[in-house]
Amino acid sequence: MSSLFNQIPYQTEHFNELLDQYGQPRAHWTELMQSLQSESDAEMQERVNAVKRQVSENGLTYNVYGDISGLQRPWDLDVIPFILPESEWLAIETAVTQRATLLNHILLDVYGAQSTLINDTLPPELVHGHAGFLRPCHGLKYFDNVALHNYAVDIARAPNGKWWVVADRTQAPTGAGYALENRMIIARTYPDLFRDLNIRRLSGFFANMRDSLSHWGRLCAQKQQLHDASILPLSQGEQPLIVILTPGPYNETFHEQSFLAGYLGFPLVQGSDLTVRNGMVWLKTISGLKAVHVILRRLDDDFCDPLSFKPDSILGIPGLIESVKRELVVIANSLGSNLLQSGALLGYLPDLCHQFLSEPLKMPSVATWWCGEPKALEYVIANLDSLVIKPAFPQIHDYPIFGEDLNTEKRTLLIEKLCTNPQNYIAQEQVNISQTPTWSNEHYPQLHAQSVGLRVYACATPNGYVVMPGGLARVAGKKDSRVITMQRGGTSKDTWITSEHFTQSKSLLRSTTSSKDLIRGNTYLSSRMVENLYWYGRYAIRNGQISNLLRLSLRFLLEITPRIRVTEWPTIYELCTWYDLMPNKMPSTDEETLKLLKIAVFSNTQTSLSSNIQQFFHQAFNLRERLSNDHWRTVNQLSQQFITINQQPTTNETFDYLDSAVKSFSAISGFALDWMTRDEGWQFMSIGRRIERLQFLCNTIKSALTMPEDSNLDWLLQLTNNIVTYRARYSARPEWLPVLDLILLDDKNPNAVTFQITGLIKYISEISRIHATFSYEKDLAKCLTNLQSIDVDDAFCHQSDTLIEWLEETYTISEQLSDQLSLRFFSYTDTYKPNFA
Amino acid sequence: MLYTVHHQTEYIYSTSVTLSQQVLHLTPRHTLHQACENHRLNIDPMPAEHLKDQDFFGNTSDYFSIFNPHQKLIVTSAFRVSLQSRLSLSNLQDSLAWEQVKSHIKSAPYNQNDAVIYLYSSPHVKCSTALAHYALISFTPGRPLIEATFDLTQRIYQEFEFDAEATEVSTPLEQVLFDKRGVCQDFAHLMIGCLRSLGLSCRYVSGYILTNPPEGAQRLIGADASHAWVSVYCPTYGWVDFDPTNSCIVNNEHITVAWGRDFSDISPMHGIALGGGEQTLNVSVTVTPEALINA
Repeated sequence: MSSLFNQIPYQTEHFNELLDQYGQPRAHWTELMQSLQSESDAEMQERVNAVKRQVSENGLTYNVYGDISGLQRPWDLDVIPFILPESEWLAIETAVTQRATLLNHILLDVYGAQSTLINDTLPPELVHGHAGFLRPCHGLKYFDNVALHNYAVDIARAPNGKWWVVADRTQAPTGAGYALENRMIIARTYPDLFRDLNIRRLSGFFANMRDSLSHWGRLCAQKQQLHDASILPLSQGEQPLIVILTPGPYNETFHEQSFLAGYLGFPLVQGSDLTVRNGMVWLKTISGLKAVHVILRRLDDDFCDPLSFKPDSILGIPGLIESVKRELVVIANSLGSNLLQSGALLGYLPDLCHQFLSEPLKMPSVATWWCGEPKALEYVIANLDSLVIKPAFPQIHDYPIFGEDLNTEKRTLLIEKLCTNPQNYIAQEQVNISQTPTWSNEHYPQLHAQSVGLRVYACATPNGYVVMPGGLARVAGKKDSRVITMQRGGTSKDTWITSEHFTQSKSLLRSTTSSKDLIRGNTYLSSRMVENLYWYGRYAIRNGQISNLLRLSLRFLLEITPRIRVTEWPTIYELCTWYDLMPNKMPSTDEETLKLLKIAVFSNTQTSLSSNIQQFFHQAFNLRERLSNDHWRTVNQLSQQFITINQQPTTNETFDYLDSAVKSFSAISGFALDWMTRDEGWQFMSIGRRIERLQFLCNTIKSALTMPEDSNLDWLLQLTNNIVTYRARYSARPEWLPVLDLILLDDKNPNAVTFQITGLIKYISEISRIHATFSYEKDLAKCLTNLQSIDVDDAFCHQSDTLIEWLEETYTISEQLSDQLSLRFFSYTDTYKPNFA
Repeated sequence: MLYTVHHQTEYIYSTSVTLSQQVLHLTPRHTLHQACENHRLNIDPMPAEHLKDQDFFGNTSDYFSIFNPHQKLIVTSAFRVSLQSRLSLSNLQDSLAWEQVKSHIKSAPYNQNDAVIYLYSSPHVKCSTALAHYALISFTPGRPLIEATFDLTQRIYQEFEFDAEATEVSTPLEQVLFDKRGVCQDFAHLMIGCLRSLGLSCRYVSGYILTNPPEGAQRLIGADASHAWVSVYCPTYGWVDFDPTNSCIVNNEHITVAWGRDFSDISPMHGIALGGGEQTLNVSVTVTPEALINA
């Protein structure tokens, strides 16, 4: 790796992040470069692979809108970080703090006194003509005068080495979570360097964000108490309820939202999990409604309340604005903040900065013309070749158009468009932004110089804004080096701020935790979360059983001659049809059966194992923040395996896939048993697991009982995971009485019917203790007594009517139990319909 | 003129609604030409909470929610109102040329100029060149604003057909312009779009109108409906109301309830219901001249 620098040509029209004008690496890059140069190519390749593996194992994804199958597009993370020295960073930090402060002032003004409009420092058109100006928000009050809680800004470096602002993100800035995940992966990749370079840590930023939101949450809790005397004050150490509002799993950054929810410890909720009553916002939990104090939203302004904004939005919370008006909930960022996410504003910021902060704007914006001003429009038309045309407001969905790309015809069309609705467009100078080394494996492994932009994050605290020391660096995709967006294919980088000294990263607000602050039990389980956990439990077991059943069937078919298997095979086949894995009519040849079994494993049909695993993955995706990283990785890997299957798997490969699926599902069971906190959510998941296993056992035993009398029972023991226990106890060939005793009655056996029922009784009684009696406890207890009172010697035999009747009855009860759980605990999450008159 | 107004909105649901949250714009405004008394709002079933507010445009709005299961929701609004005559067309001869009005609005100080609020596209009214072209036939160079606007009012009345089946709340303006049919709400939106596309300020007014019964026929209870028209900003006379559905300048037969940028700002009643299955909506409006009541 000696020729690293030769790979980066020095270009004068771009600022080179790595090399100075003499072609030497800049001081803050030397250590990384030296370390890379001393390594072999293989070591670097290992590092590249490690990053790729981590991204895939962590399930880091970015959804592309309008493409449901693109749900799992992997996040692109470059192995080479983007590095800035602290001295330079401090200037960026100060400028971003200033800009966030300024934008907050503007937001307060536009939704308040409107002095900017009265003084003519802001054209009224940018407010009244902006679809993001939400009239119901005019006159709102904000805790500590903070309306812009989270802010991000896209900056880039001009050829002269100065940083420029390209765009502001003021509504629900995305990417801070990705930046944190990038850091976690890249820090592992360069453990020694990372320590030696004193790279500034990111965790303090998130601690500040959490503690500041808690601070405002507490202020809000006080207001709630004044509003309604029946509301108890937060007890000492009790945290206010802060939720992250997501548009749902199809949103492009859902992965980040669930990651942040887990990291910050805030429940991730959808609009339908919340409701407005008595002027307050409540979270629908299984133990009733819980007052919400802060909503950290990832939902666009105008989707947040169908009563005030878009009436057809089903993602929002009807009546939310009523609560906001009364200061009974904090929305971060405040409703209406999308207004500032407009390139048209950029040109007015220098004057506004003087007006509000009495100082010059520290970081300039890329030269921007808002076509709504006739003079600007004239200039734009005359200089189209050197400009990029962008929509002025986020509501207008148009890609940037580069003037230099247009032929005469397209040019005329664009000018016509600009003249018709000039206020909808801005033009920006086309800047040659700086280039930074990026790893590429295309052709041969090497460093490339790629255009880079940096997204920097700030969050409000009661003492002013703090800036994340780092950020999300993004390099342009291959197709168009002038456009930097993850939506259109680009790569991200970890950003290192190297420091002379080690700096402790800490929150400005947090005091140390005392024993009074300890929290036991998560009281904020939303009904939707509990429903998801229940079905997650059921599907985990069901898929484990399907895998096991398919593996057993395949073995039967391949390892036992037709003459011998003829007694048991119809029963096993019948079980396959029960799960819709095989057609009802048994195929006439073994070849045909084998073909159908492979289809049952791999095909895209709804009932195949492969489809079931993908559905299971989506279930897990919805629970992402509740699962440990290793748990999540196991699910993710399994799903990846089945997505990447080649066209015609051989029989051996099919066995391998099934083995792997069976193993993964037992690992998932292990995570569920040992790694998850046994709160109420866990109980619901366990109920799901037990119901599913109980139904499977009832059904399987019932089928087995109808086999010919001399049938071999080995398969039954294998399928129900009881073969090892049985062989340890009895050396002889399996017989009906001991087999049925083991599978039905043995309460120490986790694969026995009794074990499922006792578990169900236990969990349901615990739920009843909190949520008032749930009658199924008694039904299940009666079921168990009935089983125990069956005369074993008389009834534990082949074709036993008593047993078959009991199994059918138990199955029905388990179905009713499932329905009742849905009605009682999950039905909160209906969707509503809009009306007009 | 004195009138009593009775406006009832009734929803019938096929299954129970477990949560209903509604916003109303049913309280009539007080204006130069209109004085209201004794406004009563009745909501059945009784809401768990009911809040009154003033919206951005100065209208009174009501927010209420019902948590008890119900299969029927009835909202009744009733009031008495006296209307003063407004300036008639012959008294509105001194308006500026429409191009001058345009620049006047741009240059007027912001805090004395509510015209600026109604200049731009809004959810139901998207400005376009097509609308501007349609308007320009009436807005010939130098023509006084009121005269041009009245001409446009008459053209819409003559060229468009009233057809309650042709459109819905969501029908876009281009289609109304193309099909040349719709209801009062569409004509109001169309006219607003025409004026705003020329750079003029125009607002949407909702309210009631006294429908004149045919000669000799009995007044039908409930035959009248909730109505909509437009109001144009004219520096000389302030806001002047035109009714394209009836081809007239508003005088003393229009009762104003609320105004905003378009229907979406001030729909009489909108909200959400959880559950409910199929819903049936019945609206009835009765505007009775006081003379008839006394008779």
